[in-house]
Amino acid sequence: MLELRGVSYRYAGYAKAAVHDIDLALGDGEIVGLIGPNEAGKSTICLLACGLAPASIGGGLTGALVIDGQSMTGRPVHELAGQVVLGFQNPATQRSGVAATVFEEVALGPMNLGLSVAATLARTRSALERLRIEDLAERDPARLSGGQGQLVAIASLLAMNPRHVVLDEPTAQLDPEGTRLVGEALRALAASGTALLVAEHKTDLLDGLCGRVAVVVDGRIVVDGAASTILADERLEGWGVEPPSRIRLSRALAGTGIDVVGALAR
Amino acid sequence: MIEIAGLVHVYPEGTRALEGVDLRVASGESVAIVGQNGSGKSTLVRHLNGLLRPTEGTVRIDGRDIAGQRVARLAATVGLVFQDPDRQIFAGKARTEVAFGPRNLGLRGAELDRRVAEALEAVGLAGAADENPYDLGYSRRKLLAIASVLAMRTPIVVLDEPTTGQDLRGVARVRAIVAALAAEGRTVITISHDMRFVAETFDRVVVMRAGRVVLDGTPAVVFGETCWELLASTYLEPPLAARVGARLGVGSTPTEASLVEALVTRS
Repeated sequence: MLELRGVSYRYAGYAKAAVHDIDLALGDGEIVGLIGPNEAGKSTICLLACGLAPASIGGGLTGALVIDGQSMTGRPVHELAGQVVLGFQNPATQRSGVAATVFEEVALGPMNLGLSVAATLARTRSALERLRIEDLAERDPARLSGGQGQLVAIASLLAMNPRHVVLDEPTAQLDPEGTRLVGEALRALAASGTALLVAEHKTDLLDGLCGRVAVVVDGRIVVDGAASTILADERLEGWGVEPPSRIRLSRALAGTGIDVVGALAR
Repeated sequence: MIEIAGLVHVYPEGTRALEGVDLRVASGESVAIVGQNGSGKSTLVRHLNGLLRPTEGTVRIDGRDIAGQRVARLAATVGLVFQDPDRQIFAGKARTEVAFGPRNLGLRGAELDRRVAEALEAVGLAGAADENPYDLGYSRRKLLAIASVLAMRTPIVVLDEPTTGQDLRGVARVRAIVAALAAEGRTVITISHDMRFVAETFDRVVVMRAGRVVLDGTPAVVFGETCWELLASTYLEPPLAARVGARLGVGSTPTEASLVEALVTRS
């Protein structure tokens, strides 16, 4: 269980807070979607949920990050890393720069957790398999396509077997199949008890993946509830969020009496 | 006119990214290139402005083989916006960033200022001209990278995944930019994974798989039911509107608007 309790945060060097009064809880095994227009504060909430803001980047924080009932505010980065991991928006930000192959890159996380060689190898292989990128194992991580880089970054997180995962637009550069595979991997991770927070523009991915969705507008969470309710909320477009395809199409066909899901089931 | 013939590209470490691409794009066409990650899309477009050179095959623009032309010279003809804006942006102010290209083309003074202002306006960043690009969020940095290429007024514009990380308004903005370029008769080539954006924005869709072009046609053709099997072999799915249209037996309806129209016509 990971919670942000009444969190407001101001980046170092800025007078104004980027987010205000954020209350957000991720239960074990729960996938929570975070949506909102660009620059509403989604990435900031991701940094707060994994503790990197302020532990790594400074800034002013009020409120608390609480994991399994314990306040993690003010704890050093290495302690946080054992509890919660973050997948950055741009995979290049995350790449270690020290690994010569994709296999070594993915193995870095479990190795740094102090696991045995055998366990590290097993976890690395399993992470690559889950995203079907075994054939990239010997490639240079710095010379991958954008989407391949993103899959490697996610594999690196999976290999940590984290209890809490925060992902900032994990599928932005992925093709539809890569997006589907990431969705499957996240579902399997949640089924094993991991709590996930996923910031995404692709509401089609969140639809069916998340149990809950929170909407961020101008640095505040404006609604937080069951995914089926939030993703069908009529205010979504006004907030600058694209509704899922099936919702959009249902509305476009409203006058025709045709039910999209029913039509596809034929 | 862009004419690509028998294009093969092998990266130094041995990856065969292109396996023989033949593609002709007429002036003024707007073309989307789709395909799996690693299918060769970005490698292909980087041959258009000489950033990559063919291992085999030729690239001709307006009848001339570009093999001997320098990147700096090609930059006046082909503007390429990278997938990752941080590979492109280097200036301390948004307006300086956008001015860099046209300044290198020899523009100065009021004409240069006008180009910069128009390009920033087109991407919705007129109010951010004096900001440091790195104070802008990722989505706005992407729009800034587009503006810096628009300011070059090249006859050919290439966009590599322009809608990545964009919200509803950002995607609408990109769609409007492509439409405006097409209306001016410029050639637009865009790589994208967003099939709905592709269907709604482009006249022609080129599908790549493992370094080759496997499908090439209008959105109605490429997303039509007869091509689904081939699309599936590249792990692509037609937009939802196309799938619903096919189930309802109203023909190929790649966009929501075409689906609604087909249903109204039928009833």
